[in-house]
Amino acid sequence: MGLYSPPKSEAEFQKNFGQKKPLMNQTEAFYESSRCLFCYDAPCMNACPTHIDVPLFIKQIHTGNVIGAAETIFEANWLGNACGVVCPTTELCEGSCVYDNQHVPVIQIGRLQNFATSKAMAEDAKLFSAGESNGKKVAIIGAGPAGLSCACELRTLGYEVDIFEAKSKPSGLTVYGIAPYKITNEEVLDEIDYLQKQLGFTIHYNTAITTKAQLENLENNYDAIFLGVGIGATRQLGLEGEDKEGVIGAVEFIEELRMKHHEVQVPENVVVIGGGNTAIDAASESAKMGAKQVSLVYRRDRERMGAYNFEYDFAISTGVDSVFNATPVEILGNGKATGVKFIKTEVVDGKLSNIEGSEFLIECNLVIKATGQAKQGAFLSLIDDLELDKKSRITVHPETYQTTNPKYFAGGDAVNGGAEVVNGAYEGKMAARGMHGMLVDS
Amino acid sequence: MPDLSINFAGIKSPNPFWLASAPPTNSGYQVMKAFEAGWGGAVWKTLGVPVINVSSRYGSVNYRGTRMAGFNNIELITDRTLSDNLKEIEEVKKYFPDHAVIASLMVESKKEWEQIIKDAENAGADGLELNFGCPHGMCERGMGSAVGQEPEVLKTIVTWAKEFATVPVITKLTPNISHIIDPGLAAVEGGTDALSLINTIKSIVGIDLDSYAPYPVVDGKGTNGGYCGPAVKPIALEMVKELAKHVQIKDTPISGIGGIESWRDVVEFILLGAGSVQVCTAVMHYGFDIVREMEKGLTRFMLDKGYETIEDFRGKALPNVTEWKHLNLKYKVIAEIDESKCIGCDLCYIACDDGAHQAIAIPGNGKGRIPEIIEENCVGCNLCSLVCPVEECITMVRKDDGSASKTWDERTIAGTIPMTFDDERAGGNGHFVPSVADALKHKK
Repeated sequence: MGLYSPPKSEAEFQKNFGQKKPLMNQTEAFYESSRCLFCYDAPCMNACPTHIDVPLFIKQIHTGNVIGAAETIFEANWLGNACGVVCPTTELCEGSCVYDNQHVPVIQIGRLQNFATSKAMAEDAKLFSAGESNGKKVAIIGAGPAGLSCACELRTLGYEVDIFEAKSKPSGLTVYGIAPYKITNEEVLDEIDYLQKQLGFTIHYNTAITTKAQLENLENNYDAIFLGVGIGATRQLGLEGEDKEGVIGAVEFIEELRMKHHEVQVPENVVVIGGGNTAIDAASESAKMGAKQVSLVYRRDRERMGAYNFEYDFAISTGVDSVFNATPVEILGNGKATGVKFIKTEVVDGKLSNIEGSEFLIECNLVIKATGQAKQGAFLSLIDDLELDKKSRITVHPETYQTTNPKYFAGGDAVNGGAEVVNGAYEGKMAARGMHGMLVDS
Repeated sequence: MPDLSINFAGIKSPNPFWLASAPPTNSGYQVMKAFEAGWGGAVWKTLGVPVINVSSRYGSVNYRGTRMAGFNNIELITDRTLSDNLKEIEEVKKYFPDHAVIASLMVESKKEWEQIIKDAENAGADGLELNFGCPHGMCERGMGSAVGQEPEVLKTIVTWAKEFATVPVITKLTPNISHIIDPGLAAVEGGTDALSLINTIKSIVGIDLDSYAPYPVVDGKGTNGGYCGPAVKPIALEMVKELAKHVQIKDTPISGIGGIESWRDVVEFILLGAGSVQVCTAVMHYGFDIVREMEKGLTRFMLDKGYETIEDFRGKALPNVTEWKHLNLKYKVIAEIDESKCIGCDLCYIACDDGAHQAIAIPGNGKGRIPEIIEENCVGCNLCSLVCPVEECITMVRKDDGSASKTWDERTIAGTIPMTFDDERAGGNGHFVPSVADALKHKK
């Protein structure tokens, strides 16, 4: 088995990780845009969390106003370029395209979107500028999609914005956590650069906000604070042998892969534990890194998987094998992982239970746990009066995204528990408007 | 098998598919290729005193993903010498004695007409076509459409041609006039054996937004061209019908030209009276092989309808083309939506609400997107069925009481038509019209 050879160079890595949604050329965009029906109250627009006026931007592409199309997109979604390629479009805009009702291929909205925004970025088209200063300052914690989107919106409204980012690059999981075949690092960073040049927000890299003193400092120096802190590291499973070498969280695995590309060594046999989209990504990536045998093991059946169908199908197409109804018991090996012992599961009276005596072993040298991420509960508890729900998500007002501490607003994974880039982008923007309502408009 | 052959004003051809006088008939090479491909006849690119052409000669109207929905050109008549053209006509006729080769001609003086008609006939031309149509370039020198727009001049030249010609003479008309009967009748009075139309329509297909010059741009400038291609077919059909119905013209054979690309187009022209058709743009777009679809489609149509010859159905639609005042005002159709086919684009809704009679409702508020016809508001205008992107989803169903026809003419005689500005008998009286303020509820 193994459809891919381990990449030994950047070129080989790029070959294995060819983009799933490559940039359209002008002719593709011309014909694809010609097909849009310009539906009334278009379902695609309503299916987009940021409500991009899809029929309008497609018409603009077709009539040769491609930069105008990019403007339409960015006006609704500051991360419109990344979203064009990383969004699960078959579940959102493209999934609602009415053509599908007559089995006509749906419009490739994501790629058209990316076509327009890529052109604007390549030409460095100046579409936006900072609003006249209103003398207010906002601090943003976390330069992920929510934080960046919040920053862009605030700048257009005339706020001074400082983003504090723990890592050395902007855009959070878009650059650190998305499968490399969905978007390249360069493309992610180019978009932020493009926006930053026009809007002029400041990002303080390698500046983690972790202490009460830091927070108090921000509270004293800024009119409002946005929490775009995302969620944390992969949760511990509490398994025997979990501390062995060769056991890694999916989020950490993907981050390493995105930063080091072909320099990451993936062994021949890999086990990925989990059934969500991150598990799928980690499994597909392992296969594309040349692993001969990648086993994706999920404790329930196929129907209960959290992953989108198209993601699962993609993993299978890369050569990943799936094992359902099995849960890990122990990670074996002497210091280094050599395999995982699983036990079969079944649902009895609606509850998942193990089938006694059904243990089996899958040999491997790398175990990737994609079993959910811990929340930022410890950090968030430093903020006075900040209410979290039962799942440790920050409670916010549904329209203003203001938290229970009126100085703080929040959006993105820390609020929604882990969703798409487009959700973060939307929530960040709405939070900015919420702040504006509180600080200036009222 | 149906017989596709025709005898058009004495010109015999194995089928009614002719190439129009245009770039595809510029040389013997092209005409030979065309005959090989299946064309029955060719009207040679207009002969005369050779011209000098510009570079950058064609422009097009592209509609959404479709290239050349409309097409225009500023090319003139042949730029090759008469002797070269004649030599090639002679050669083609040797290879294809049973195909129709018609020489299109355009010269100025009577003497030139005499000479060129003799030359063309000597080369073996089966017929002559007098080019009174070109709306660009040649007309500036008193030829082409300049002749077609002056019935008296046209008639005089037709008379000359008939004086000199021994083969049939076809007069090609320009559509760049307000009343096609005038030149048509002039040609008939001059003794023409047949008519052909339409030549191209005077046009500007677009403006270059950087150089501010019309297409096709020639070194920063442009001029009006002649418009043709699929977009002009409706204008051509109307003019063919006008001539074919006219009492003094209807017995003169008509060669139909204008936007013909498929067998359907061919059949439509024949149904309105055309005895042959001429094609240019479709060949310039797809090459000579496009004729195969026409031939197969026409044959299938004739088989399906039980026609053995073209004459069996020529002009069959003419009795049904009447004046508006003779249309039945009691006839009523209502749109019907096939919900099982509807994809929920709601174009019918917005087209009706914004562009017609507010006769379609949508559920809204996330309750689905299948529209519903409000029958009492529907005037049966067809718009929804035309914008619907799904095949056979919206159909127009007859819903009147089937009682005897009542036309405007009949109502006029009966004295039941509206006579004053506020006449109670206004057709829209009693018909639903939303209140003005209702428009604001749509405001986003």
